[in-house]
Amino acid sequence: MSTGLTRRPGLTRRPGLGRLKAARAPLHLICLGFAVLVVLAALLAPWLSPNDPNAVDLGNALAGPSPDHLLGVDTAGRDTLSRLLLGARTSLLGPLGVVVFSTVAGIAVGLAAGWRGGRLDSVLSRSTELVFAFPGMLLAILIVSVYGEGLLAPVVALAIAYLPYVSRLTRSLVLAERTRPYVSAYQVQGHSAPQICLRHVLPNIAPIVLAQSAVNFGYALMDLAGLSFLGLGVPALTPDWGRMVFDGQTAIQHGYPLSAILPCALIVLTVVAFNVVGERWADQVARRSA
Amino acid sequence: MSFLRFAARRLVEMAVTLFGASFVVFGAMYLAPGSPASFLLSGRSASPAALQAINEQYHLDDPFLVRYFRWLGQVLQGDFGRSITYRTDVSELLADRLPATLLLVGMALVIVVVIGLALGRLGAVRGGATDSTILVTTTIALGTPSFVAAVLLQGLFAVELGWFPVGGVGDGFGDMLRHLALPALALALYLIGMLARVTRSAMLEALEGEHVTVARSRGVPEREVIRRHVFRNSLGTVLTTGGLIVSTLLVCTILVESAFSIGGIGQLLELSTTTKDFPTVQAISLIIVALFMTVNLIVDLLHPLVDPRVALGPRRSDA
Amino acid sequence: MNALDIQGLRLRLPGTARPVLDGVDLTVAPGETVALVGESGSGKTLTSRTALGLLPSGAAPEGAVLVDGEDVLIMTPDRLRVLRTGQAAMVFQDPRAAVNPLRRIGDFLAESVRLTGTMSAAAADRRAVELLDAVGLGPELLGRYPGQLSGGMLQRVMIAAALMGDPILLLADEPTTALDVTSQAEVVALLGRLRERFGTGLLFVTHDLGLAAAISDRVYVMYAGRIAETGPAAELFARPRHPYTAALLAATPRLAAPAGRLAAIDGQPPDLRQELTGCAFAARCAYATEVCRERTPEPAGEHPAACHHPLEGSHVDV
Repeated sequence: MSTGLTRRPGLTRRPGLGRLKAARAPLHLICLGFAVLVVLAALLAPWLSPNDPNAVDLGNALAGPSPDHLLGVDTAGRDTLSRLLLGARTSLLGPLGVVVFSTVAGIAVGLAAGWRGGRLDSVLSRSTELVFAFPGMLLAILIVSVYGEGLLAPVVALAIAYLPYVSRLTRSLVLAERTRPYVSAYQVQGHSAPQICLRHVLPNIAPIVLAQSAVNFGYALMDLAGLSFLGLGVPALTPDWGRMVFDGQTAIQHGYPLSAILPCALIVLTVVAFNVVGERWADQVARRSA
Repeated sequence: MSFLRFAARRLVEMAVTLFGASFVVFGAMYLAPGSPASFLLSGRSASPAALQAINEQYHLDDPFLVRYFRWLGQVLQGDFGRSITYRTDVSELLADRLPATLLLVGMALVIVVVIGLALGRLGAVRGGATDSTILVTTTIALGTPSFVAAVLLQGLFAVELGWFPVGGVGDGFGDMLRHLALPALALALYLIGMLARVTRSAMLEALEGEHVTVARSRGVPEREVIRRHVFRNSLGTVLTTGGLIVSTLLVCTILVESAFSIGGIGQLLELSTTTKDFPTVQAISLIIVALFMTVNLIVDLLHPLVDPRVALGPRRSDA
Repeated sequence: MNALDIQGLRLRLPGTARPVLDGVDLTVAPGETVALVGESGSGKTLTSRTALGLLPSGAAPEGAVLVDGEDVLIMTPDRLRVLRTGQAAMVFQDPRAAVNPLRRIGDFLAESVRLTGTMSAAAADRRAVELLDAVGLGPELLGRYPGQLSGGMLQRVMIAAALMGDPILLLADEPTTALDVTSQAEVVALLGRLRERFGTGLLFVTHDLGLAAAISDRVYVMYAGRIAETGPAAELFARPRHPYTAALLAATPRLAAPAGRLAAIDGQPPDLRQELTGCAFAARCAYATEVCRERTPEPAGEHPAACHHPLEGSHVDV
């Protein structure tokens, strides 16, 4: 009972956005479109960006939009548009790593704990309890303080921090599935446990878990961008939206806010887009299995 | 089971988890590549004399568990060791900076609770256009991490309009409030979105309950119906997000303090991470985890008081 | 003056082709127990709720619903609140859903009279204890939570709560359906005793014919939003005039009857989305003729039945 109370609102259905959808152009389609656009921009960034994102030009610092620099330049004269495009890569790749790793590992742990039960379950549950005690970003900071700069350490740390949410969900789903008749039927037929787990139970529970992971993508994006903002994430020279917001603070103080506003806007819009899409997916899945 | 037994059990569980967490915090240092001594020195002078001093200071020749328990013993007495960067006791550093952080987090918490509950309730009760507006704003709030909010608020209200100071903590209570207003708002924004959403859906669910129709059918005025049967019934759900709210506040304060150069323990954590001042990092991490678990414990203990169904266990004979 | 007097009540809901209540006439005299019987979807619950002004959203009512002489449908919200606190009260079907599990029993009982200023807190508590006693429960329940009471006890609390405002009209919407048989019997006996003691008129909505026969003075049989038949209880059940009533009685399983297939009434009640001409029961009636499908029958006679071919002199073993 204790730890169940204090978590992120997981797969709670939110009846709100559904109404908005019905009223005008499907909100979730717009968000889905935007998310796809951002992903495409990230993938095609090296070919799309007009300038070298790291090309410093101090003489031109903080200039506004011009034919050469469609969205202006930042405090070091670097082209904002190119930095945004290439920043999309790091800003999306990190969260992707977090979500993929935490989902795969989380499902594995949840399956093992829920299926086997007994001692394995207690050990795994106790360990995840322990991880639950650490807010994600704190764990990441702790790891970064040990391993230093670089994206790998925080991504792994965040993945470990998110893992318990996935594993706990998986475990309770597996526990419920185990009591279903089809599982006993397969056992009687002589199928082995791993076979039943992977070929039958997993496909049934996957949609719910994956929908939750889609929502986690937004959280991971914000956490990693925050770390980069603090200078604890990406290495200094790699363009990254979080880092750009940090650089933008100086730009604002000099009265040229564009290079700060743009990465802020992109972060917010991308997270909102993934949240809306993820929640709708979670809604649909919850409705189907309810 | 009785409340006291429940409380005792939760307390023990928390102590055990805290124990485990302290082990993780302590042991993280040893994950680093190279010897702990060189890690602790990282980048600073690595003369044999310095290494010798480090070895002695941290008893690095002793077995791991001995070191751990010595450290734990010291921590429990309030001794967090010495900061490598600042060369003073970590506990001094913390004592200096803790008030600012506590004030900031406190202000943000008040803002979150007051505005979040109000917006959620408004959306659930009014419906229609009000509700749609609230949904849109909370969606955006839930996509705005605290550092983005910090930079934007700072840019608009401090730099551009000059209504608030750009950074720092200020002197004296009133001045501090003025300095911390924007940071508190930046901290609160995302959580306002979350609390409003949770409150709203909890109230919408309560509104569909038969007990609401029954109360109305007995002539209870609508305002009282909302207060006693809708809002009251959603408090349980709202309370359970309390733990999450506080933990998010504690972590995001790192970001906001850095953005506004507020000398609290959040900014200290950031600085000590970049300078590899590990004793300080350990101390602050431990404090944050301990605070987080304490809040969870309080929430768990309050829950039966808010929802009597939780405390009472199995019902008597039912028809 | 009647405790309840429904005159020509017609209720239309948005998105339906025919009114969900189609010309309902119903009276309950002071101190009388009237049963309103019908299957699910017949409109009986809706009818009882109109007495308290509890209309579904978007509903367009016609006709009049007089409680103690005043028309509920045209009351101001303030007047309606007074009515709900005082003259009329309802006992709902599921006591677990009807009582807020987070508030104490004493709070529930005193709520309406206290918050509308009808009684002081002390007076309300005294009355609550008095009524708890009348329903056979002790005063220690005031401090308990609903979760600590059984379903039967909770339903009795609901009855006590309904009597707090000293109503002249008590509405009971399937008050025993959610209970086990023993509690059912207790609640029914209790309602009977209370009727005698407090003199309230009781409209008892149920789908259980046996129950209706046991406790009521008069019975209304409802089908598809219309009153099919009405009359004194004993007579209606011994000599039903409407084919629907007869069919219902025939379908009721009896312990003493020879074992065999349960008789059921073929077909389904008419869909709300389709227009209806003529008698609502015609499609399922064994005696239906052309005129039944064309003209809506009007109730006539001393023991009125809305039927073109009312059954005369048939006997049914009750």
